[in-house]
Amino acid sequence: MDMKRQKLIRLTLSYAVILAMTIIIVYPLLWVVGSSFNPGQSLSGSKMIPDNATLAHYKKLFDTSQSDYLTWYWNSLKISTLTMIFSVILVSLTAYSFSRYRFIGRQNGLMTFLILQMIPNFAALIAIFILALLTGLVDTHLGLILVYVGGAIPMNTWLMKGYLDTIPKELDESAKIDGAGHLRIFFQIVLPLAKPIIAVVALFTFIAPFGDFILASVLLRSKEKYTLAVGLYDLVAKQFGSEFTTFAAGSVLIAVPIAILFLSFQKYFVSGLTAGGTKG
Amino acid sequence: METPMYQSNHRKIALGLSIIPGFGQLYNRQYVKGISFFILAASFLIVFKDLLNMGWWGIFTLGEVVGRDHSIFLLVEGILAVIISVFGLGFYAFNLRDAYKNGQKRDLGLKISSLREQYRALVDNGFPYLMISPGFILLVFVVIFPIIFVVLLAFTNYDLYHSPPAKLVDWVGFQNFIDLVKLDLWRKTFINVLAWTIVWTFGATTLQIALGIFLAIIVNQKDLKGKAIIRTIFILPWAVPAFVTILVFSGMFNESFGVINKTILAALGIGPIEWMTDPFWTKVALILIQTWLGFPFVFAMTTGVLQAIPNELYEAATVDGASSWQKFTKITLPLVLYATAPILITQYTFNFNNFNIIYLFNGGGPAVSGQNAGATDILISWIYRLTMTSAQYSKAAAITLLLSLVVVSVALWQFRRTKSFKEEDMM
Repeated sequence: MDMKRQKLIRLTLSYAVILAMTIIIVYPLLWVVGSSFNPGQSLSGSKMIPDNATLAHYKKLFDTSQSDYLTWYWNSLKISTLTMIFSVILVSLTAYSFSRYRFIGRQNGLMTFLILQMIPNFAALIAIFILALLTGLVDTHLGLILVYVGGAIPMNTWLMKGYLDTIPKELDESAKIDGAGHLRIFFQIVLPLAKPIIAVVALFTFIAPFGDFILASVLLRSKEKYTLAVGLYDLVAKQFGSEFTTFAAGSVLIAVPIAILFLSFQKYFVSGLTAGGTKG
Repeated sequence: METPMYQSNHRKIALGLSIIPGFGQLYNRQYVKGISFFILAASFLIVFKDLLNMGWWGIFTLGEVVGRDHSIFLLVEGILAVIISVFGLGFYAFNLRDAYKNGQKRDLGLKISSLREQYRALVDNGFPYLMISPGFILLVFVVIFPIIFVVLLAFTNYDLYHSPPAKLVDWVGFQNFIDLVKLDLWRKTFINVLAWTIVWTFGATTLQIALGIFLAIIVNQKDLKGKAIIRTIFILPWAVPAFVTILVFSGMFNESFGVINKTILAALGIGPIEWMTDPFWTKVALILIQTWLGFPFVFAMTTGVLQAIPNELYEAATVDGASSWQKFTKITLPLVLYATAPILITQYTFNFNNFNIIYLFNGGGPAVSGQNAGATDILISWIYRLTMTSAQYSKAAAITLLLSLVVVSVALWQFRRTKSFKEEDMM
């Protein structure tokens, strides 16, 4: 009898905590969705459930004469995709060498990567800014992509190397005996087995540029070059509240696809981090 | 150890001749190798002669004539010259070693490998280098190069008043670091920013970790229904891009229009709180928001670990008469912390450098009189402010250097303790 009551209390408390957390989590999200349907521009009048909902803000965002939103969206997609492709290629090559070959400089290379992955590359903000000025890469997407790819290499190389280490070496050794060359072993034997970690690295390197604000805001100058993070900040920062509902609509349009993408791959994120990052 | 019997002195002669790259190899009758070494070395010198000359001069003087010399260009060329010199010296050392080794082989009466064999060896040994070089070269230019640049910049007086091309920049030794400690304005700012950075890092991170673990344990109870949907909801803050949520929160916390003051606190009968203009309340808001943003990550990690704990452990504990509290502190918590510790530490370093939330929420504000950083500026956002708004490049570089030292030492301390570092394979 007593056991049963204890259990009831425990479960009730648990559900209460979960309910409270759910409200805290969902409220801001619903609020921004609600704001995006509010008529008017200002923050002050916006309600969670608007009296007369409107799609005007969404229409405005899609009207290229009124807003740069679509350009920003396209810029972000372009930069993220290119960063992802280049990072995956470079990271696979480096991680494979570190995992499978014993060569002079390997230890030092691994150590360097280990230290570099700890310093976020925007710590050298001033240098990146000045160097971009000197090389004329300020306000270009190329400069930004190069910085993102370079910054992604150390951490993701460690992640992928950790995973590749778990693929038995006997596989490539027997292929070598059968006469397969270096490249063939890499492309036909190791890469297919490494698909899960490649997916993780691809996701990481796609999402990171999407969420980055600091580097993009330092390097990009003109409005039509902005990424979404910089553009949306620009939208709200100038006169806070005056374009809040438009900003809210823009946020919804970016948050929903990213969240769906994220939730569907969430499992891999966690397993990728625990498998490669710490490995035992 | 027995000294080998040398029948001749080819190794010494080859080494000596290799002072001019390639000649030692020619002496060893490896003609193709010798000639290509010589051509490589010669073209290296011809191509980089000017850059090396200019760079090494530039990095020492940082320019002598105003108008003609651009100190920052010279510094960049100087770093390039140093990097190229390192590569050059590496090749030179390889050339000497190669001549000596092959000379030694001849001294011992061994056959020197033929051109075909050398080619095969080159492909086999060179393959990993070939694979690494694209990534490595990019890394050198966009990560390592900037780091060297920042380190050097910290010892110059580059700022608004010493800005090329109108003025020259000079080496000033440790002056920037001394200023940070000695000048009142800088010292006060530095101490305040550092103190808040530490409070912020430990406060926000510990809270998000505690909340994440707590919720994971609650949701993981066996008799709890609806786990899948609850887990999806709890992951949501991680799934939405952080910059979006931070901007949304800064709207919600807005003092005059924000929903928190106007609706929620009003409903509870609490007067409006100055979330944006009072330093204390801004800090509270920031820590709350970061907890909201950061706990799902810990939650997901912990859930993974909890599901892997074998049930027998708890059953054995029940048999031994352990209470739920004992089970929690003696089984669950140690296992969770052990498995997630390395990742949890990266959460601390992440928040230490969490620029986005500080800048996007309130721009590091509110402003504080008598210091050149806002009340909620952490080191990284202070560096941003110094670079982008007041052009205090050298001071910003000095602070970056201090910040990186902290992060790197924490990182090394952490990795020394993890297994992958000790593993034989790594070394």
